[in-house]
Parts: sequence; structure tokens; C-alpha cells
Amino acid sequence: MSIDLSVKNVSKRFGSFTAVDNVSFDVETGKFFSILGPSGCGKTTLLRMIAGFYDFSSGSIAIRGMDMTDVEANKRPVKLVFQHLALFPMMDVKENIAFGLRRRGEKGIAVRKKVENMLERVGLPGYGDKRINQLSGGQMQRVAIARCLVLEPVVLLLDEPLGALDLKLREHMKVELKKLQTEIGTTFVYITHDQSEAMVMSDYVAVMNQGRFEQVDTPQNLYYNPATSFVAQFVGENNKITGKLEKDESGRFFIILEGGVKIWVAKPATVGVGEQVEVFVRPGAMGINPETTPDSMNKVNTIVKAVLFDGGNSGLLCVMEGSSRELIVKLPQNVPYDVRVNDRVCVAWDPSKSVCFRSAGVKTYDEL
Amino acid sequence: MMNFRKRKIKWGFVFFFTPVFLWLSLLFVMPHLELLRLSFVGTDYYGKSGFTLGNYAAFFTEPAYWLTFARTATYSIVITLIVLMIALPMAFYITKVVGLRVRGLLNLMVIVPFWVSVLIRVYGWMIILRESGIINRVLIGLGIWKTPMEMLYNDVSLVIGLVHTNLLFMLVPIIGVMDSLDDSLIEAASNLGANKLMVWWKIILPHCMSGIMSGSIIVFMLITGSYITPSLMGGKNSQWFTQQIYNQFIIAFNWNQGAAFGLLLLAISSLIVWIALKVTRQKLGEVVK
Repeated sequence: MSIDLSVKNVSKRFGSFTAVDNVSFDVETGKFFSILGPSGCGKTTLLRMIAGFYDFSSGSIAIRGMDMTDVEANKRPVKLVFQHLALFPMMDVKENIAFGLRRRGEKGIAVRKKVENMLERVGLPGYGDKRINQLSGGQMQRVAIARCLVLEPVVLLLDEPLGALDLKLREHMKVELKKLQTEIGTTFVYITHDQSEAMVMSDYVAVMNQGRFEQVDTPQNLYYNPATSFVAQFVGENNKITGKLEKDESGRFFIILEGGVKIWVAKPATVGVGEQVEVFVRPGAMGINPETTPDSMNKVNTIVKAVLFDGGNSGLLCVMEGSSRELIVKLPQNVPYDVRVNDRVCVAWDPSKSVCFRSAGVKTYDEL
Repeated sequence: MMNFRKRKIKWGFVFFFTPVFLWLSLLFVMPHLELLRLSFVGTDYYGKSGFTLGNYAAFFTEPAYWLTFARTATYSIVITLIVLMIALPMAFYITKVVGLRVRGLLNLMVIVPFWVSVLIRVYGWMIILRESGIINRVLIGLGIWKTPMEMLYNDVSLVIGLVHTNLLFMLVPIIGVMDSLDDSLIEAASNLGANKLMVWWKIILPHCMSGIMSGSIIVFMLITGSYITPSLMGGKNSQWFTQQIYNQFIIAFNWNQGAAFGLLLLAISSLIVWIALKVTRQKLGEVVK
């Protein structure tokens, strides 16, 4: 596989603040690569450096093996779909799409042909004469993408382009974008703070936090084998249980909670006995009121505080007996459950389904 | 019931409209109607006054008049363009390049000189440019020039004075529209392969057109109608048309001729503005917004 975009040890400092800290990654030709991170993690800065709007403090960026350090923004073979699209309101749709072609010196029939082809491709045939303010949000989205793709860029950069759309349209555009990318085969680099966007569309996702990449992996691996505590919290829903790691005679790891509740933990890779750890268990990995459970399973008695109904994604908010620790448990869909608030339920899970990291104290939102 | 409501006098409207109406009619419409009447009145050899087109005919038959007028119009257009050329990069620098704090400082530096009257600003330029002025002293002190040179009272000093005294009125509307230009449009154009010239030509100028036109109209009208600056900084050969009007009213005491000149100035400068609006495809309604 050839490499379209290669970023090596790139850093960007604004004064004493390091926005991007020694980031390296490669994107293979034709892949959908996402950079996922909370706002302020440096992902937009990184994207702007690739597009050439910022100089970088150190490192190098290469596109198809060509070093981009001294290449002006308007000469780079990367095109950017802006967060707020930045369509030109002073031009109609076809002039927006033809803008880049004309800057290359292309003229006449050839430009018109390419513009019409592109409009057809993004599902807007006959929209060429419309003004920008006559378009709906989804149509503007497509024009913004068409305007870039018509130039056949090596890499298409997308800066949270779905952020401004409402939920239904966003869900729809997610699938559309993925389809479009598969069809045309252009390399996409997509940045977002929405983990579901990144997971649904991407071949590879880089999870970014405080200017660094925490993990670069496939969506499946990010979900099932998070490399750090931050990734475990940021990607998908997760229950976090904190405690001190201990080990019994038979070599099994566990943590003890208030009231003597013992939680078995899968063998942690990097943490030693006696350290403070964070154990993560997916809500979907837990069962409610199991009939039979082997001894190796964790069983916790809880009281239901709230039923969180959300169709196929419904769950229970439970509080462990003897402590105030909360757990979110997903309700299985195939069995109808009649659980009410203040019911006692037993929550069980297989320790091998949990992951354990040294306490990092990272908060993805304002936890108590 | 409805009829009753309709007939009710809207006192609020009357209260706010009356001053505006009085202001416009007494200070603008009435004087101009009087000027219009005066401009068609002439006095014959026997001292009898009556209707005549002679005042207007005099303008076209006497080259001194219409040449001064043509000069004034041409110079006004050129000076307006010079002011525009200076204001555009200034506005861009203030709105798009510097940070917020520097921006406030620069805005202040642009506005503060305009708290001083035009007269004082013109005298300021005279101090700089005149024979015993700052530039001459410095250059002679440095030994670059042997004898002082008069830099005032010519077309160049006239242009300098008019450009400086009118810059603010161009800058303010352009800063307004340029501020509303989304930075990402400039970046997007650059990302799509446009060089700096094309970014200006295709994105910045079209976006700023309404501000450019409203600034240009204000500046053009102020320049054609200016009197102090051309009188003080222009030379004997740099006559401005307002000086002709002044001469007719005050020196020749020929109000009829002066009225005709005044109306001609109004008519032709309005025509130039109208042509400019047509050429740039701007609507007056949008420009004055």
C-alpha cells in the first residue's frame, strides 16, 4: 500500500502552549482516516497544518512523498471541507465548484462538463444555477464536498463538516459520506469530536487528547481493546470503577470496593499490584439477574435508580449496594424486562470483558 | 369599530415625523427650490428681471467655467480611487491581520485626528509642506537640497490634502463590511488554489462592494463639494468648482449664476454616482444600508 499522507513528529506551539505535541501518523491511499478528540485537543490545529494555514514548530508533513514544509497553502494537493463549509455566497453553485478549476487555468466546455459530472455524483444534478442561500444544509454540504473533489485532491480533509446539521440529517450524511468515499476512493482525513461519526465511517481512527495521539487503530480495536484510560472513556459508553489493584494466591487480580465487594479484573498489562487503577466495563457486557453464574464472574448487588429508555439502546442506572458507585447496564433487547426504580438487581459480568489501567485522572466530562 | 380605529391620528408618528419633515423641507427642499427658481432668473440691460436660460448657457459657453468643472469632476474621481486604494489594505490590516487589542488602538488612531477640524488638519499639512516647513528644513539640514522648494499650492498638495481629509469616510464603511467577511472564505479560496490577487478579486472585493460603494459615494460627494482644502492647499491653477460658486455668490454677487452652478454641480455629481452604481451593479438601497 502506498502512503498518501505522512505526518512525522509534528509539533505546534502557540507561545508556551503546545497545541500539537509530537504527532506522527501515516494514511494509506484510499483510506478513511479519522482524528477523534474532545474540543481543544489540537485536532483542528493539526488539520490546518496539513492544509498549510499554520506553519509547524517542528517535524515534517509529506503528501505522496513530497515534503510540504515550503509549499504554500494554495499549491498543496489537499483540499479542505470547512467546518462551516465556507461556500462563496457571491457565486452560484456551479461557480463555487468551478472556482478551483478556473484557478488552475481551465476554461470553457471542459470546466462545465466537470462541474456537471460532479453535481451528478453528489446527487445534485441541475443545481448549478442555484444561489448558495437557496440550498438546504445537506445540499450545501454536498456542494462543499463537490467543490473539493472536482479538483481530484490526493487527500480530502474534512473539519467536522456534519457538526452544524441536525441529528437525522447527520445520521444520513454519515452513511452518504462513507458511500461516496468508497465510490471515488479518495483518501479522507476526517476530524470530529463525535465518536460515533468516527467509528461508523473510518477505516482507522486516531484518538487525540491534549495534543497527543493516544491510540491509532481500527474502530473495532478502539472499542474492544482501548490502549489507554482516555480511549476507554472517550470511545463508546463505559463504566469506570476505581480502586487499588490486588492479587490473590492463585494469581487472580481484583480490587476491593467499600463494603468488601470484590471485583475480579482481567490481567492488566502495565499496572502493578498496589497501584490505583481504573477498571472499565461496557454497559453491554453486563448481564442482569443471571440465573447461573460461574464463580469467575463478577456479581454485584445494586438498586435501580433510573430506567433510561432509549429504544434499542435502553439501560438502567444502578447504584451498588453499600456504596454510592453508579453503573450503567444495558438492557438486552430480546428479553422483555420489567424493572422498576428501586428494584434490587444483580449485575454480573465476565472479568475478561473489562480493561484495567493505572489511574490517569482523565475526565471526559464533569464527573463528580 | 375598525373605521374608528383607522381614523385615529397616530400621535407617535406625528411627533417623530414632524421634526424630520421640517428639517428636510425647510433646510433642504425649500432652499433648493429657491435655488432652482433663481437659476432661471436673469436681469436684462434695463434692470428688468425675467425668465432666462442664460445662466446655464454661460456655463457651457465660458470655458473657464466648464473646464474648472471638468477638472473638479475628474480630480474627484481620481482622488476617490486613491482614497479607496489606501483604505482597502488599511481596512484589511485592521480587521483581518492584527489582534483585537491592536485593532482597537488602530481604530482609535484613525479616528482621533478627525476630532480635529478640517481647517486645523489642512494647516497641519501646510506646516509640513510649505517653503519654511518641516520637510524643507529637514532636507536642507541634511544637505540634500540647497534651497527650499515650495511644495504647496499645486495639484499634488491638493490631492494630498483631500485624500487625508476624506480617508476616514472611506475607511469606516469598508471596515464594517470587511469585518463581516468570514475568514474561512479567504482560507477556502486559498485552499482551492487562488493566489492573493485572486482572493482579493474574487472574494474580498465582491464581498466588500456595498461598503466600497457607500464609502466612495460619501467621499466623492465630500470632495466635489469641498471648499476649504482646495482653497488653502490648491494653487492658482488648481481652481475647484466650489470656488466658482463662491465667487458668483459672494464676489460677483450674482446669485442667479451661483444658483445655476450649484445645481449643475449637484446634477452632474449625482449622475456620476448613478453611473458608478450601474457599472458595479450595486443598488443604492443596499449601499446606504
